Amino acid sequence: MQTKRTIFGNQGLPYLLLAPQLIITGIFFLWPAAQAVYMSFLREDAFGLSSTFVGWRNYARLFENEEYLDSINVTIVFSISTVVLALGTSLLLALAVDRMIRTARGYTTLLVWPYAVAPAVAGILWWFIFNPTIGIMPYILENLFGYDWNHLLDPDDAMILVVIASAWKQISYNFLFFVAGLQSIPASLREAAAIDGAGPFKRFWSITLPLLSPTTFFLLVVNVVFTLFETFAVIDATTEGGPAQATNILVYKVFQDGYVGLNFGSSSAQSVILMGLVVILTFIQFRFVERRVTY
Amino acid sequence: MVENQRWLDILAHAVLILGVLIVAFPVYVAVIASTHEPSAFIQGTIPLLPGANAVETYAGVFRGGVASQMSVPIGVMLMNSMIMALSIAVGKIVISILSAFAIVYFRFPFRALAFWLIFITLMLPVEVRIVPTFQVISTLGMLNSYSGLTVPLMASATATFLFRQVFLTIPDEMLEAARIDGAGPMKFFKDILLPMSRTNIAALFVILFIFGWNQYLWPILVTTDDSYQTIVAGIKRMADVVDSEPLWNSIMSVTVLAMLPPVLVVIFMQRLFVRGLVESEK
Repeated sequence: MQTKRTIFGNQGLPYLLLAPQLIITGIFFLWPAAQAVYMSFLREDAFGLSSTFVGWRNYARLFENEEYLDSINVTIVFSISTVVLALGTSLLLALAVDRMIRTARGYTTLLVWPYAVAPAVAGILWWFIFNPTIGIMPYILENLFGYDWNHLLDPDDAMILVVIASAWKQISYNFLFFVAGLQSIPASLREAAAIDGAGPFKRFWSITLPLLSPTTFFLLVVNVVFTLFETFAVIDATTEGGPAQATNILVYKVFQDGYVGLNFGSSSAQSVILMGLVVILTFIQFRFVERRVTY
Repeated sequence: MVENQRWLDILAHAVLILGVLIVAFPVYVAVIASTHEPSAFIQGTIPLLPGANAVETYAGVFRGGVASQMSVPIGVMLMNSMIMALSIAVGKIVISILSAFAIVYFRFPFRALAFWLIFITLMLPVEVRIVPTFQVISTLGMLNSYSGLTVPLMASATATFLFRQVFLTIPDEMLEAARIDGAGPMKFFKDILLPMSRTNIAALFVILFIFGWNQYLWPILVTTDDSYQTIVAGIKRMADVVDSEPLWNSIMSVTVLAMLPPVLVVIFMQRLFVRGLVESEK
């Protein structure tokens, strides 16, 4: 860890300065996390009056539980679709903006503001547009393709809805980072390739895309984290995990089993598994960041 | 540009225009919907042209009680959201700039431990430790209070790391000069560090304001009392009506009001916003 050559000599002051942060971290992060680990080894009786130590049984039960395995599946499908849709769309838009000289700033402004829209609000907006009775999209689908859209009944429709809403919310963020990434690619490389006779698509595949890979990898991790956790609000504001568990992603299931269903043992075990997942993702992200940032 | 290819330029413009339209479409629909009467949503499809009921709709949600789904006037919710967003942004900045100062400019026992403890907060989103966190808050009697709404969200690893980076780039000579002139730590902090990180603070403030405004799960957990309801969390309650059709015009007007403040911040402080976003994720 880096420090300064010259420092202050006080001994008490640094603790005082750190106190607020550490107190909040301790009370609202470490204590609950420790509680989650502790509770994941307990089983409460139906009235919540007594609890017994059950070892790893809560975890074992999870992986025998059809619903939980289902939820893992749903999460994987949801994450991959959202990440691919969000990254693909924003890369396309960033490539287009990168060609612009005078209009780039205007387009950027028009494309970045959805970052400020809360995930829950994004969910409500698309929920409204896709409303099976009065929504505009079901109307178009019905009349143009003869498709009967109903996300209240059809699991696939519900999944598509939450994927679109989540990806929509994430496009502006990815777009900004892709634009920054594209701008850091030296123009001389592309010019050299052009002189050698490489067309625009060839240049994209063999120069732009490889040089953009650090940005893409960073965004991949950030987007996976987003789809795993922050999309909670999208799901809760729209499908609430339904129909028939079709959009019940892992983080939503923790909430449903624990806060709504009051099954603390199982919910805690699920929390602990997710925490493990975040720890892994954070380390991947940081290893990568440490390599990229130079002082 | 490398070469002049007209068709590529046209394609790029087409892609961008399409992108802008797709991005704006849901919001356009919401704004239009909020200008209609409730009866416009009973059958047929959502109207796509403005109606004549805008004033009535917005006045209705500000009065409160008009829509059966809403017990709190929207002004209260906006106020709560504003309090929450501002206190989280200010709190996070103050707390993390102080800890970054301690970590960079002092050497003391357990310094590495403190650094790692802060780092851990980065890894534990509230969504994954929801039940135990709720229990902690209720044990401390912080349910239905502004402190419960804001204080637990104030610890932030990202902001601490950001300020740490900023401080590390400030030349050591600054501190040496200050010490020769007899400045103590807090004087150095106030007169040199704070002014030198002013832009970073502003950029971070924009990001944190949006973060605080858009909180959803936390307000739902911590507040059962309607007078502490925030607007983003409140919309859901409005849309959740079992026995009647939701009043879409009111819901959409609330949705518009819920996104307006953060969207305006992004549009009018775009430079700071982009800077804050890129810096805080580095």
